[in-house]
Amino acid sequence: MAASGSKCRSCGEPAVIDLPRHNANFCAEHLLQLCRRQLHKAIEDYDMFGSDDRLLVAVSGGKDSLAVWDMLVEAGYRADGFYVGLGIGEYSDESTRYVTDFAEQRGLHLISADLRRDFGYDIPTAARATKRVPCSACGMSKRHLFDKAAVDGGYDVVVTGHNLDDEAAVLLGNVLHWDIEYLARQLPVLPARNGFPRKAKPLVRLTERETAAWCLLRGIDYLVEECPIAAGNRHLHHKSVLNTIERESPSTKSAFYLNFIDNMAPLLAEQTAAASGDLVECARCGAPTTGETCGFCRLVDTARAHEPVPVDLVLGKRGRR
Amino acid sequence: MLVKLRNPNREIEVDGDRTVNHLLDALELPRESHLVICNGTLVPGDARLAHDDVVEIRPVISGGC
Repeated sequence: MAASGSKCRSCGEPAVIDLPRHNANFCAEHLLQLCRRQLHKAIEDYDMFGSDDRLLVAVSGGKDSLAVWDMLVEAGYRADGFYVGLGIGEYSDESTRYVTDFAEQRGLHLISADLRRDFGYDIPTAARATKRVPCSACGMSKRHLFDKAAVDGGYDVVVTGHNLDDEAAVLLGNVLHWDIEYLARQLPVLPARNGFPRKAKPLVRLTERETAAWCLLRGIDYLVEECPIAAGNRHLHHKSVLNTIERESPSTKSAFYLNFIDNMAPLLAEQTAAASGDLVECARCGAPTTGETCGFCRLVDTARAHEPVPVDLVLGKRGRR
Repeated sequence: MLVKLRNPNREIEVDGDRTVNHLLDALELPRESHLVICNGTLVPGDARLAHDDVVEIRPVISGGC
């Protein structure tokens, strides 16, 4: 057993993790308590949802989505899972197994969709067919299907596992380009509007290290490997930059994001309202859209017409191993 | 000690004794984006690792697209 000199800030027992941003160490029990408190603070501070709401948790098999599903169920919320098979080779096969096992072992309700089975394409093929980065087709497909599943199933809120690192990295990317429209929409909760369901990110006050530790300490088996297509993308580079800053100046990352939400987002609220107008129903699927046919239906048309592309042909910079 | 690494999965032998933070620094792995598990238990940065320990260094960064 490894000897540790550090003690839990709450109880003085041997610590299992050091969290420089809190200038503290924690034992297993009090780390879990910290995670629960941060989850509840996010839900309450941003008025995400209540105990009567039906939640649909978007799950991928990774640590964040399984952690947030676990936390919400533990806290007594009515939360079902929704999973989309993306057709990214062995990575997707493994993802499916982790999600299915998680739900079965806990007796939770899981709804599944599969791009190839249900819509005739997969992410590698969509990337090649649209000549865009795979993450673009992946994000559009998932957002559309999460929204549709929530509306069709009568859920009040779509919950995602985006954490503090995710949001800070997206914020950095949006700031570097001064993308005002994206900045205005980068909120921990988006209200239901124009046929879109409410969306909430209850993990925005927790870092990736903390959600991973939650999974370890709760015995949650998750897919550790990152998406082979996403490897080396700009989002991961932004995370790395922020972690370099965080190392020299702990808690900068949380200040960057949370102070944006408190101080800057209200100033951008007018922009959000202006950007949300003039939506109509997609002539094909009924989803809200600015044109006659929504982006997802156009993506399906383009990708389905393309011959299947093996995942090896679209691997990210560090995914080629 | 035996050290298990991810992305890609591999195992290396590292001379002990040293702390978790020293091990991460030696392997040039950022402390902010990794957890260290020694003999199946999560351990903090100042934990001292012994030559017969089995250590997993688990990255925590996800694509988040």
